[in-house]
Amino acid sequence: MSGVEWSLLDPKGPIAADEKTLILTAFALMLVVVVPVIFMTFAFAWKYRAGNKAATYAPEWDASAKIEAIIWLVPAVIVVVLSVLVWRSSYALSPYRPIVSTAKPVQVEVVAMGWKWLFIYPDLGIATVNRLEIPTGVPVSFRLTSDSVMGSFFIPRLGGQIYAMAGMQTRLHLVADQPGTYAGLNTQFDGDGFPGMRFDTVATSTQGFDAWVRQVKQSSMALDEGAFKKLEVPSKNNSPEYFSAVEPHLFDHVMHKYMSDMFTETR
Amino acid sequence: MATEALFGKLTFSAIPFDSPIIMGAVGVSLLLGALVVGLITYHGKWPYLWREWFTSVDHKKIGVMYIVLAWVMLLRGFADAIMMRAQQAMALGATQGYLPPYHYDQIFSAHGTIMIIFVAMPFFIGLMNIIVPLQIGARDVAFPFVNSVSLWLSVFSAMLVMLSLGLGNFSHAGWSGYPPLSETQYSPGPGVDYWIWSLQLGGLGTLMTGINFFVTIIKMRAPGMTLMRMPVFTWTILVTMVLIMLSFPVLTVTLALLTLDRYLGMHFFTNGMGGNLMMFPNLFWIWGHPEVYIVILPAFGIYSEVIATFSRKRLFGYRSMVYASIAIAVLSFGVWLHHFFTMGAGADVNAFFGIATMVIAVPTGVKIFNWLFTMYRGRIEFTTPTLWTLGFIVTFCIGGMTGVLLAVPPADFVLHNTEFLVAHFHNMLIPGALFAYFAGYAYWFPKAFGFRLDETWGKRAFWAWLVGFYLAFMPLYALGFMGMPRRLVYYDDPGWQLYLEVAAFGTLVILLGIIFQITQLIVSIRRRKELRDLTGDPWNGRTLEWSVSSPPPFFNFANIPVVEALDAFTDMKERGVASTHPAEVHSIHMPKNTPAGVAMGGLAFVFGFAMIWHVWWMALAGIFGVLATLIVRAANEHVDYDVPASEVERTLLSLRGQR
Repeated sequence: MSGVEWSLLDPKGPIAADEKTLILTAFALMLVVVVPVIFMTFAFAWKYRAGNKAATYAPEWDASAKIEAIIWLVPAVIVVVLSVLVWRSSYALSPYRPIVSTAKPVQVEVVAMGWKWLFIYPDLGIATVNRLEIPTGVPVSFRLTSDSVMGSFFIPRLGGQIYAMAGMQTRLHLVADQPGTYAGLNTQFDGDGFPGMRFDTVATSTQGFDAWVRQVKQSSMALDEGAFKKLEVPSKNNSPEYFSAVEPHLFDHVMHKYMSDMFTETR
Repeated sequence: MATEALFGKLTFSAIPFDSPIIMGAVGVSLLLGALVVGLITYHGKWPYLWREWFTSVDHKKIGVMYIVLAWVMLLRGFADAIMMRAQQAMALGATQGYLPPYHYDQIFSAHGTIMIIFVAMPFFIGLMNIIVPLQIGARDVAFPFVNSVSLWLSVFSAMLVMLSLGLGNFSHAGWSGYPPLSETQYSPGPGVDYWIWSLQLGGLGTLMTGINFFVTIIKMRAPGMTLMRMPVFTWTILVTMVLIMLSFPVLTVTLALLTLDRYLGMHFFTNGMGGNLMMFPNLFWIWGHPEVYIVILPAFGIYSEVIATFSRKRLFGYRSMVYASIAIAVLSFGVWLHHFFTMGAGADVNAFFGIATMVIAVPTGVKIFNWLFTMYRGRIEFTTPTLWTLGFIVTFCIGGMTGVLLAVPPADFVLHNTEFLVAHFHNMLIPGALFAYFAGYAYWFPKAFGFRLDETWGKRAFWAWLVGFYLAFMPLYALGFMGMPRRLVYYDDPGWQLYLEVAAFGTLVILLGIIFQITQLIVSIRRRKELRDLTGDPWNGRTLEWSVSSPPPFFNFANIPVVEALDAFTDMKERGVASTHPAEVHSIHMPKNTPAGVAMGGLAFVFGFAMIWHVWWMALAGIFGVLATLIVRAANEHVDYDVPASEVERTLLSLRGQR
């Protein structure tokens, strides 16, 4: 039996690490207000209990400009500080923002399907189902869409999630800075097969990644039209599959399939 | 073809005979229903119920019926909760628990829909029905008949949800019903239609309530009760009614668009054909976020009344409270996008909505401080309502904190859709709203029924709920940090199980709380003579509802009170003019009871049922029935009558005779 894995508190990449720091910072800032409030609740309730006749009783006292100023201003100041944090972090950690690195990013196209994830490596000409292999220290640039209902793509150890929606493309940039196997999942409920819509993310060295690519290239299966039609049939709890070749522009085809006719003609 | 024209999609296979768990639940529901019907029949109470309750347009009786509905549906929604917690506690690895996914998915969808629409809403609407006219010195609401229609629309749309248990199925697409999952392609059965029509009809009733009480509060206040002399509860209700009037039409339209997709093959939210699924979450939460404040603001009002009364002190910062309520209401319309930061909007959009969300924390924080300074230099009595309030303040702070965390977009990226989110909104809705309704229930029960609730069992219930809440939801926060998604029917991570078992245990402790509440009610009814409220003012209250007898006469006030200050009743007591016995009485104009409300509710149910099962002739019959009833009722000019002065006098005396 393995122990408890605090995925969000044990990041394996800089994006997830920044998100963790952000959560802890915001949490600490809020404690500045919340701890006194909880303390005051207990203290006031005890001190001014009906049985304590020694305490001051002021039944008509119902306003104090000083106190009112403080109780509007203190939360306001904290919200201003938090707002700065929100503004900065929203840009810094935007899923659309490419990760600055000397290494050339690995491109991965993600398609949410009937209870499985399809990963296409367009530059490498390979594809997998329910298995994401990435090199450590190299940014991964994801494009995401859906061939079914809405999904939400999430690798907790590496960073935040983004929705995958049919006829649309969303983006996500992540990087792993330690080798290992990290759980990936769909967090957006999408029907009966939802709990099985999971995959392992394996981060290895660049050499290990290249070896893995060569291995996938040996696979007897190719992701042609027929194979893709088979994948489109909803299925539960899928094991990983590997395709040594992929029909070119498959991701764009999937996306355009759901765009209306009037749109596709002008594109 | 003929059978299809007659029965639509309805066949015997719609009854889930093959599912023993569902059939068991249906059996228990039917048995309980039969027991209630049998008891009423045995005691010959049908004519009484029909005459005095079902056809009543008295706001106090309508309020009581709303609260009965809330309690019944709370039991149903809570049964769902126990089933889900039991499932997740045992669903590790190959066992996959005892519920198949298709059943589990319906349970969480029904749980959310029921708890928001058919527990929280009717509970506060019931309390406000009983109390608001009394607090503002009015004899009824502005539109008593509309009030009856609203009630019966709520009751019958709740019945639609109950019916889905044994006939067909309920939606599996979550209480928020995002397309394209909720579109015909992915949800072909009647489940989503049950969800649509129960929300649609219930929503219509709520919208009418919103208009009704807005007009009541604006137009029917007693002389001298300026806006800034209104009790805080009435203020929060006024603000809430504005939220209802502005937001519920959005829900109506959103559901109508989805209905067009599902029934007429249109493409508002479908995949492809120009449909745009992103519109739905936007529209849904433009209603859905104000809806959160619709259930929370009245709760804030109740806490304000309770804390001032039992601190034996004026409410601190009344003006701040009023402005904070208005600020919260205005801001609540500008934050809907925080429900989907992960949809891929740009950083500027996310940052805007994140900051807007946090700004709400300011007026909310002000309210908390105001309650604290109301206690400061008071004489606090630890009655059951006080305990609910104190439990709320402490627990709500934790929920507020996690809420602000979720408002930070990049933090939301990792917390969204996890058990952390589930823990957060339960943390807001249970201590935030439900505890207040329980406080209000204990606080105003003597006003409605003439006797107090037993304090010992009330306190036991409070402690069970509070401890149960922490046990049930703190582990979910932890599970969020482990990356456990919500709505999961089974899982492989053994590290999660212990936490889920603790959560399940917490739910059992809450069950104990509910059992204590039922016990409390039974014990209190038995001891009602000792608990009788002879004064009309059992708590030394500050507002006008305490100036009349408990229960109040059906016309509320023999003479309309004249208000000269905030905390009008305290002011009257201090000036020595608080006598409940008027010097002279006059005849009073009152509305007559009518069966039209319950008839319209029943016919709307027929319409909804027929739409769900595509029985078009019955749908037409239902909707024409509703319209015909409305026209007949509108043509009736004898809808009210004069209560002669002698009967007013007699009623007052008989109520005093009970003392």
